[in-house]
Amino acid sequence: MELGLKPLGRERLVLGLMLMPTLIGLVFGVLGSVLATVGLSFTQWDLLTPPKWTGFTHYVALFTDDKFIRALTNTFKFSALYVPGVVIISLAVAVLMNRRIRGVSLFRTMYFLPAVTSAVAAALVWNLIFSRDFGIINAVLERLGGQGVCWLCADHILTAVLIVNIWGAIGEGMIIFLAGLTAIPREYYEAATVDGANETEKFLNITLPLITPSIFFQTIISTINAFQAYDYVYMMTRRGQGDSSFPVVVFSIYRNAWNFFNYGGASAQAVELAVLVVILMAFYFWLERRFVVYE
Amino acid sequence: MTKQRQKLILDIVTYALLAIGSGLMVLPFLWMVSTSFKLPADQFTRTLIPPTATLQNFRDLLAVDIDFQLLFFNSSYISLLITAGQLLTCAMAAFCFAIVRFRGRNLLFTLLLVTMMLPAQVTLIPNFIVFKWLHLIGTSVPLWLPAFWGGAFGTFLLRQYFLTIPRDLVDAARMDGASLFQIFWRIHMPLAKPALAALAIFTFQGAWNDLLHPLIYLPAAPNTTLTVGLAFFQQQLTMGGKYTVLMAGALLSILPLLLVFFVAQKQFIEGIALTGVKR
Repeated sequence: MELGLKPLGRERLVLGLMLMPTLIGLVFGVLGSVLATVGLSFTQWDLLTPPKWTGFTHYVALFTDDKFIRALTNTFKFSALYVPGVVIISLAVAVLMNRRIRGVSLFRTMYFLPAVTSAVAAALVWNLIFSRDFGIINAVLERLGGQGVCWLCADHILTAVLIVNIWGAIGEGMIIFLAGLTAIPREYYEAATVDGANETEKFLNITLPLITPSIFFQTIISTINAFQAYDYVYMMTRRGQGDSSFPVVVFSIYRNAWNFFNYGGASAQAVELAVLVVILMAFYFWLERRFVVYE
Repeated sequence: MTKQRQKLILDIVTYALLAIGSGLMVLPFLWMVSTSFKLPADQFTRTLIPPTATLQNFRDLLAVDIDFQLLFFNSSYISLLITAGQLLTCAMAAFCFAIVRFRGRNLLFTLLLVTMMLPAQVTLIPNFIVFKWLHLIGTSVPLWLPAFWGGAFGTFLLRQYFLTIPRDLVDAARMDGASLFQIFWRIHMPLAKPALAALAIFTFQGAWNDLLHPLIYLPAAPNTTLTVGLAFFQQQLTMGGKYTVLMAGALLSILPLLLVFFVAQKQFIEGIALTGVKR
């Protein structure tokens, strides 16, 4: 197991130098910063006057502050719909593309385009598309005899933000699933055909179990992204005085720290966000042992 | 129903579904291009083909309050510095983790992987405070300097690739008296070009499209990055109209990455597949 090149003499120094940037980043950039965030969360500090020790005040606020509870609820609502949305749609697209029909590479390019584009630029055009009076979505709805709605207002903003975020994430998910699908040995399908299985049976009994590692991986990536979703929320839901019609946790952290100079409170919210992600990851790895099939 | 007929029907359904889906995926791009060529008076016409096509919006872009060329320059050099920093430091660490034997290697690598799951927000505030203390807020240093501290994702990606390079090459080079650094620089770096290209593309893309960090470190409107500039630009323009100029700006801002994507599509796609499969 202990394979590897052994550093000789002065090469120990070279090894140290090569690892140095990563060690600095790990110790100061990440571990030190996390500890500092935890420390800050017990203080009240605007960076101008000396910090004041406030104990668990900010943590109590996480459960009592209506604004934060609203942000947390929004993050959960968004994630609960975003993660399955991305996983199911990208898997469906990948399965269709894996049928190896002609012109697949053109389709692949088109599905991947949103993944290359900045959320800022994409949100600018989506805002126009969702516009109540001038948007194309309402135009289509009206043409079909329905009534246009205000997509960027409170009632429909979750739908609009979900659509745009999922649109931006399908490309990457599709590639992950395509890689997983092409790794399934073709003989399995040939054997199933000989045994008289139809397409649905093949999908349920071969594809789905053997693609579980990719589903697991994509679920983790999507969950991490969902809890950190910020760009589209910032671009599509901003209201007067820097408020938002759909605040999420990251928005709340940003607003508390950089608009209200409440660095302590924002730190406590960041700690809660990290703890939630870690708990979810632990849950996913528990699920992995029960449901994921590795060959 | 014969097998042949069944296959034909399935193919038609596949095409139809993929075509509808891809239409929805590219619609926003078409709308962006279309609006950027419309006359400001036509900005809210609900047709895909501009009633009258014009290049005026692109000319106006250079005349508006925000210095678009400066934004472009800032995004370019910051993204390039970040990419250079990540490639160099991640490759060095990845080589050590993949090839060299040293005490605590597995522990250190596991620790690095665990940090990949932490949301970036949990390190943001102390980093900001340190950079503020160093009087670096309002400069681009806090944006690119951390890229020279290595990174979990890049190190992981390159390590996976280095592991596929045959051991015999390393042993043969060692027999010929090559040093650790020579093996890294002369063997692993040239052989890992596809993985390095993929990491370069991802890093550049992430840096170019980043909104949160420049919003914190370069919030001042004239001298900032394209993303922050466009976000401010939106607030300005939606008040006074001229969505057409905004779309011209958005289009120009995504053009470099679209070009990279069309040229290096293979690296993009293989890079993503590399992160997902070989775990």
